[in-house]
Amino acid sequence: MADMQIYIGLAAIFGLFMAWGIGANDVANAMATSVGSKALTIKQAIFVAAVFEFAGAVLAGGEVTSTIRKGIIDAASISDSPEILIYGMLASLAAAGSWLLIASRLGWPVSTTHSIVGAIVGFAVVGIGVDAVHWGKIGEIVVSWIVTPMIAGFAAYLIYSSVQWLIIGRENPLERARRYVPVYIFLAGFTITLVTIFKGLKHAGLSLSTQQAYLVATVIGILIALIGKFFINRIEIDEKADRKFHFATVEKVFGVLMIVTACGMAFAHGSNDVANAVGPVAAVISIAQSGIVGQESPLPLAVLFLGGIGIVVGLATFGRHVIATVGSKIIHLTPSRGFAAELAAASTIVMASSTGMPISTTQTLVGAVLGVGMARGITAINLAVVNRIFISWVITIPAGAILAIIFFYILKAVL
Amino acid sequence: MANYLSGIFGSSPVAPLQQHMDIAYRCAKQLIPMFEAVIESDWAAVEECRQRIRDLESEADEMKQAIRSSLPKSLFMPVPREDLLELLLVQDRVANRAKDVSGLVVGRKMELPGPIAEPFIKFVRCSVAAAKQARKSVRELDELFETGFRGAEAKLVASMVAELDRLESESDLLQSELRARLFKLESELPPVNVMFLYKIIDLTGEVADYAERVGRRLELLLAH
Repeated sequence: MADMQIYIGLAAIFGLFMAWGIGANDVANAMATSVGSKALTIKQAIFVAAVFEFAGAVLAGGEVTSTIRKGIIDAASISDSPEILIYGMLASLAAAGSWLLIASRLGWPVSTTHSIVGAIVGFAVVGIGVDAVHWGKIGEIVVSWIVTPMIAGFAAYLIYSSVQWLIIGRENPLERARRYVPVYIFLAGFTITLVTIFKGLKHAGLSLSTQQAYLVATVIGILIALIGKFFINRIEIDEKADRKFHFATVEKVFGVLMIVTACGMAFAHGSNDVANAVGPVAAVISIAQSGIVGQESPLPLAVLFLGGIGIVVGLATFGRHVIATVGSKIIHLTPSRGFAAELAAASTIVMASSTGMPISTTQTLVGAVLGVGMARGITAINLAVVNRIFISWVITIPAGAILAIIFFYILKAVL
Repeated sequence: MANYLSGIFGSSPVAPLQQHMDIAYRCAKQLIPMFEAVIESDWAAVEECRQRIRDLESEADEMKQAIRSSLPKSLFMPVPREDLLELLLVQDRVANRAKDVSGLVVGRKMELPGPIAEPFIKFVRCSVAAAKQARKSVRELDELFETGFRGAEAKLVASMVAELDRLESESDLLQSELRARLFKLESELPPVNVMFLYKIIDLTGEVADYAERVGRRLELLLAH
């Protein structure tokens, strides 16, 4: 198999392109809420996103990558001709990438995850056979697409209601914000660290017992909360912007919290979306190296690195501009609400990542924003746009599938 | 592709609603210098006030249209959209009534008989004070949205609305006193003038009535 070097090279290029696209476009959705609420400047957002997207991809991106790589299709029936799987994975990357390009040109809200899953299923059905698809797994994934925005919405509702009850509805919201916001910071740090330790560090070669995991997560949570408290104490009352209840200053306190949840959101996004770019790459590399379709070899960490780097490059080249544009339009989301949406979405996404579910981070975030809205947190939500976001995945799956089939036949003919 | 997330946040009607109430109040406020000028028979000054009222009223009207068109049915808000539109409507009426009063005064070159001049100005001031209190209450609308219409801020607004009610009752009281005084003078004045004086008193009272209804609307928002 002399062509294998070419396949690996092609896969790496396609995968990098996808990762670049994710960094350029999708990261903005994860970071824009923080920029829009002025918790972070653009520069800070880029920095936070670069560090935590990369960390999320490398530390916690393994499970979803495995799902994309080998959870969706069963290639046992084509063990004689492994190159079919290689063509298919390359076709899927090309299909998802070009569909995203088309859709973003037209301004359609499509999900990277839905494109790549649709593409893989499409090529598998045509290239291998209907039985080659793990329909049970696909069923689980589709259910997770419906359930995750709901879970995030419910969690956001609870989180924001607790904020109203503990802080915003009180006589002395500023004092209470200074007291309780560090607790929320702890919760954010604790949840995300814990899930990462349980699942992610395994790929990085570290394993801790359950007790140790809880201990480490608690320590890290407390540490972040203390750092947060230090900055919260330094916030001075803004007499000019404030009225009776000092809400302008209260929002500044929540701004500190939102920096933490923004990190969590970037981490969560990296952990779930990197797989869309590198899952197929991992599949190609393992087949190309071993010549078999079984793919029993462990996931090479280098593949996750590749994805992480692609995302960061995308972020550095185009992401900055997109984050600025989206952020400038989300000015009505104040930190007290933005954090609730981000914390709920990030926790949901990280949990999905740890169970290997490829979900749409944007739809999860939209679900969380709706949850805050249900708790009377947001002045105006445009339900027409929300509907369009949720309905778009119905179109994206067949579109990804059809494009993947076309690319599959082209690659088969050319290579 | 990234721009759709921002699309889910509809434009907030809060600041425009507050500006609209501010204009409506400034419009009603012109009634004070206008009637002072009437008493001094300074018709140039009356005409100036009338022009300012007209301009402010049409400014409020334009703003009302803009706010309405920025509140599509697909908007999901913490309070019913209809209630906000109703609030906008009563705010607009405050400016409308001020314009009606000024129109009558200028159109009929209305003069205030000496004995009722002082109580009349007092009554106008009280009506305008009610409009001012309505503006003060509406200025809390952004904080109400911040707090989700609950808790301490909701109580604060409820107390402002209570003060608004008090001003409206006071204006009612002044209105009936004024009518009583006018009744005593009726026989000495041209009947048509008397008719229109009653009309003006009623319309000025309505400025306070609509200001009070702004308060009622805010209360309804709190009750949700």
